Amino acid sequence: MEKEFKHIQTAHCENGATTSLLRYHGLDFMTEPLAFGLGSGIFYIHIPFLQVNNGPAISYRSMPGWIFSRTCKSLGVKVTRKKFGNNEAAAKAYLDQKIKEGVPVGCQVGVFNLPYFPPEYRFHFNAHNLIVWGKENGNYLISDPVMETVTSLSEEDMIRVRFAKGPLAPKGHVYFPENVKPVSKEIIQKGIIKGIRRSARDMLHIPGNIAGVDGIKYTANHIRKWREKLGPRKAGLYLGQVVRMQEEIGTGGGGFRFLYAAFLEEAHAYIPNDELLNISQDFTKVGDLWRASAVQMGRIYKGRINNEQSDFVVCADMLTEIADLEKQAFLKLKKLDLG
Amino acid sequence: MKKEELPQDESALKAMTRELLYVKDKEGKYTTGLSTGWEVKKAALDNAWDDIKERVEAARLAVKNGEKSPVYYFMELRLMDFPVLSGYTGFWTFNIKRHLKPSVFKSLSEKKLAVYAKAFDVTVEELKNFKG
Repeated sequence: MEKEFKHIQTAHCENGATTSLLRYHGLDFMTEPLAFGLGSGIFYIHIPFLQVNNGPAISYRSMPGWIFSRTCKSLGVKVTRKKFGNNEAAAKAYLDQKIKEGVPVGCQVGVFNLPYFPPEYRFHFNAHNLIVWGKENGNYLISDPVMETVTSLSEEDMIRVRFAKGPLAPKGHVYFPENVKPVSKEIIQKGIIKGIRRSARDMLHIPGNIAGVDGIKYTANHIRKWREKLGPRKAGLYLGQVVRMQEEIGTGGGGFRFLYAAFLEEAHAYIPNDELLNISQDFTKVGDLWRASAVQMGRIYKGRINNEQSDFVVCADMLTEIADLEKQAFLKLKKLDLG
Repeated sequence: MKKEELPQDESALKAMTRELLYVKDKEGKYTTGLSTGWEVKKAALDNAWDDIKERVEAARLAVKNGEKSPVYYFMELRLMDFPVLSGYTGFWTFNIKRHLKPSVFKSLSEKKLAVYAKAFDVTVEELKNFKG
């Protein structure tokens, strides 16, 4: 089976790996927004008492790995996954064998030792995804979904990034779809409905106050207290972390909200209910507001210590408004009659 | 966000790639656009790195003044927190915290020093002889 692998650039690495692998296996309809929507990628969580890079632990998306598994499951695609504990030799042998068989393989890696990332972006983040699609002169041919072009990794670097340690350690994790059969329009429609319902449920009804739309308010309430609790400088750094989680390479802008709006627009092509387009507009508005809140936060942390409590209140109020708007939008999605 | 409003500011991404974002075209439909960066998030990343540099410098001084062991310095230098260092070394956080004390560090076996050196990507000599 010698098919040519085609590199596709996407906003987010896991959406990208999902899209590229499924398209390679003949599912030409697959796009990044569709993968994101079918996999219910949109989310929000603020984990208390946990620090990431000395700042708050906030995420705008669901757990790493879930987008790929949910999307494949809803399309009836079987997924093979393998982890190798600490056995680097077995992990290498397995990858080499698959490449020899001509099977492009998704790989979970840490970015701290990823040589083609600029130093400024190399943190201990272990849930990055890339696709290995060949080997040439002892180097792996890499399709990293966030990159414009293909790249490569030496065997040594490959082992290092596949066996990065710490939270979410990849342990050599590789994955690929198998025996992919053609997918009917009905299955895609069903998948879209399931993906939307699951996102609405997660954002509206997840218990506790740290996740879903309540989680956004939770962050807003923290922002109101940060300056007094942490001092002006550290509070500014915390806001910077919020903005980076929201806007850094990988989110498609506005903390994945534009991506979700694009998904709803695309869903309309499968399920011609015009309300989908209206709700897509709602999410575009929400995404724009997230961007506006980033601008407001930027004004604070650019001034370092020259900030006032009233500046933080403005940010918190914006997030509260966003939480309300997202709540309304997800309520509309929940009530939507999609057949 | 409209495609023509997509920021094209210079950023650290320059050395790697332009990033892909979801934007609206002139007909109001979603499309993708490439961006070289956005100054709002560039400032956030720059600040984070200024903070890291300050932390590393503070750690260096703490080692120099005999308050902390070299493990503390290299931990900051490699952007590690306890869960990450624990992952790389296999040592419990409780023990790593003890190893941050200069007195305890002095009594560490060569074997344990080698584990730390590997985690920090330095030689045992560099680790042992770091004076701040």
